[in-house]
Amino acid sequence: MDALIGAQLFNGLSVASINLMAALGLALVFGLMRVINMAHGEFLMLGGYLAFLSTSLLGPAAGVLVSLLVASVGAAVAGAIVHLLVVRHLLARPLDTLLATWGLALILQQLARDLFGPIGVEVALPAWLSGTAGESLAADGDGLALPASRLFILAAAAAVLGVLHLALRHTRLGLAIRAVSQDRMMAAALGIDVRRVELAVFALGAGLAGLGGVLLALLGPVTPTVGQAYVVPAFLVVILGGIGSLGGTAAAALLLGLVSALAQVVVDVAIAQLVMLLFVILFLQLRPEGLVVTRSRALDA
Amino acid sequence: MREPARLFVPEHGGMPRAAILVGAGALALMPAVLGPYDLALLGRFLSLAIAALGLVLLWGHGGLLSLGQGLFFGLGGYALAMHLKLAGTDGAALPDFMVWSGLERLPWWWRPFESPVFALAAVVVLPALVALLLGWSLLRRRVTGPYFAILTQALALAFVTLIIGRQAVTGGFNGLTDFRTFLGVDLPTREARTALHFVTVLLLLAAWLAVRHALQSRYGLALRALRDGENRMRFLGYDPLPWRLAAFVAAAVLAGVGGALHTLHAGVISPAQAGIIFSIELVVLVAVGGRLSPTGAIAGALLVNFARDRISSAFPDLWLYVLGGLFILSVLVLPEGLAGLGQRLRRRP
Repeated sequence: MDALIGAQLFNGLSVASINLMAALGLALVFGLMRVINMAHGEFLMLGGYLAFLSTSLLGPAAGVLVSLLVASVGAAVAGAIVHLLVVRHLLARPLDTLLATWGLALILQQLARDLFGPIGVEVALPAWLSGTAGESLAADGDGLALPASRLFILAAAAAVLGVLHLALRHTRLGLAIRAVSQDRMMAAALGIDVRRVELAVFALGAGLAGLGGVLLALLGPVTPTVGQAYVVPAFLVVILGGIGSLGGTAAAALLLGLVSALAQVVVDVAIAQLVMLLFVILFLQLRPEGLVVTRSRALDA
Repeated sequence: MREPARLFVPEHGGMPRAAILVGAGALALMPAVLGPYDLALLGRFLSLAIAALGLVLLWGHGGLLSLGQGLFFGLGGYALAMHLKLAGTDGAALPDFMVWSGLERLPWWWRPFESPVFALAAVVVLPALVALLLGWSLLRRRVTGPYFAILTQALALAFVTLIIGRQAVTGGFNGLTDFRTFLGVDLPTREARTALHFVTVLLLLAAWLAVRHALQSRYGLALRALRDGENRMRFLGYDPLPWRLAAFVAAAVLAGVGGALHTLHAGVISPAQAGIIFSIELVVLVAVGGRLSPTGAIAGALLVNFARDRISSAFPDLWLYVLGGLFILSVLVLPEGLAGLGQRLRRRP
C-alpha cells in the first residue's frame, strides 16, 4: 500500500508538471488580459505533433531535444497569429473571446484530424528517456520504479518555472508584463506599448503550451483532441492559483495533481475527477480569489 | 476591461403579432407536411431551442456564460430515459444493458423511476436542485465571468466521465436507447409522434412567452443592471445572489425539459447530449440567433441545426470547420446574432 501511494504521488507530480506547463501560459494571458483561451489545449496538441515530426525526421535521440525548440517556437508563432487575427479584437469582451477561441480550437482539431488522422501518433523515445531510475528499489518487488521520461518532465517543468520567474523579475519585458498586469492604463501612460506586451504574452503562453505538448508526447500518443484532456484541469489550476502569481499557479498545479492522484488510490478516475472539481469549488468558498491574492484598491480588479 | 453596456431593445412591438401567429401556425402544420424522419428531426431541434431560451436569460441578459448546460440537459434526458427503459423491459426485472453487464438487481436509485410521475418530476427538480446548489456556492462568493464558465464546463465533463465510467448502471458511452412505451402509449406510432410534436411546440411557446415576459419585467431590468454594473447595484442595496440564482435555475430547468423532450424525439440519450461539446454547441445556437433575443435563439437553434444536418450528411468532415467558423464570425462580426442584424436593418430608414 505504501508503494502504491508512493507511486501515485510520483504520478501526481508528473501530471501536475504537465498541468503546470499548460496552466502557466493560461495564467499569464488571463492575468494580463482576462482572456480565457479555449484554444490553449490545441497549442499543446500542436507542440505534440511538432515533437512527432522532429523525432520522425531526426531520429529519437536528437529529435527530442530539437523538438523542445521547434515546438515552443512553432506554437509561439501560431499564438501570435491567433492573437493578431482574433483575440486582439475582442479584448473588451472576455466571454466572447472564450467562444471565438473555442471555434478556433474546433478548426485546429479538425485540421489535425485531416493531416495526421484521427488515431494518435507515438513519439519514439530516445534510449536515455525510456529506462527507469530506482530499479534497484524495484528489484525487491515492493519499491518504486521511476520512469526516466517522467523524471525528465518534472525537471523540465521546474526549469521552465525557474526561468520564467527570473525573466519576469529581471528583464525589461518581464517588468512591462508585471506593470500591465497590475494597471493597464497606468502602464500605458508611462509609455509602455501595451499592445506589444499583450502580443508577447500571448505568444509566450502559446510557446509554453507547445513545450508542454512535447512533454505530454513523452507520456502517450498525440491525438487531435489530446489538448482537451489537459486543458480543463489546467483551467482549474488557474482558478485555484489566483490571478497574477506564478507561485500560486505552481502551488495550485501541485495541489490538484496530488489531490487527484491520491483520490485515485481510493476511487476510480471518474470519481477522482469529480473529487478534484468539488475540491476547487469548496476551496473557492474559503478563498474566492484563489490561493494567492494580489491585493489592490481597485473595485473591479 | 468589462463588457460594455449594451442597450437592450425589448421586443415590444418589434415582433408583429402576425409573425408570431404565422410561426406558430407553420409549426402546427408540420406533422401534416413532414415525413416521420424530418418530423423527429424538427422535434429534436425544437427541444434544443427550449434549452437555448434558458441561455438567453442566463447569458444574454444575466451575463453568466454557462458552458455546462449539457449537464442539465443530460439530467432531464436521463431522468426520463431511465423511466422509459424500465417501462420497456417487457416484464424482465432488469434493462437489457444491466443484464449484459452481469447485474442481478436493479440499483436502488433506479427504483423510483419506475413511476412515470416521479420521472417527470425529476426532469424538472433534478436540474433545478443541482443548479441551486452549484449556483448558490459559486454566486454567493461572486464567482462569475470566465470562472463561472470554466467551473460549469468542468462539472459537465465530470458528469459525462462518471456516466461513461459507470457503464453497468448508466449504459455508459452508448447511453440509453430502445424505448417502447410511455404512459401506455406506443412511442413509434404516427399518432404518438404527432402528439409529441404538439406537446413540444406548446412547451416551446410557453417557455418563449415566459422568458420574454421575464426579460420585459423589472426582473429582467435588474438582471441586465447586474450584468452591466454589479457594483453600482450593490451600492443601491441589491444583493446579486437571488436574481442570478433564479436565472441559473430557470435556465437549468429549461435545459432539463429540453433534454427530456429530446430523448423522446431522438429515441436515445447518451453522453453526447451532456458533454462539453454539446454544451458549447448550445451556446453557439444562441450566439448565432442573437443572445439578447428569445425569438433569435429559437431561429438560431433551427437554422444552425438544419444547416448541420445538410452539411454533415453531404460533407462529414466539413462540419467542424463550419461550426468553428460560425463561432468566430458570430462573435467578431455579429455579436448580437441574426436578431441584432434584423434590428439594425429595421432601424435603418
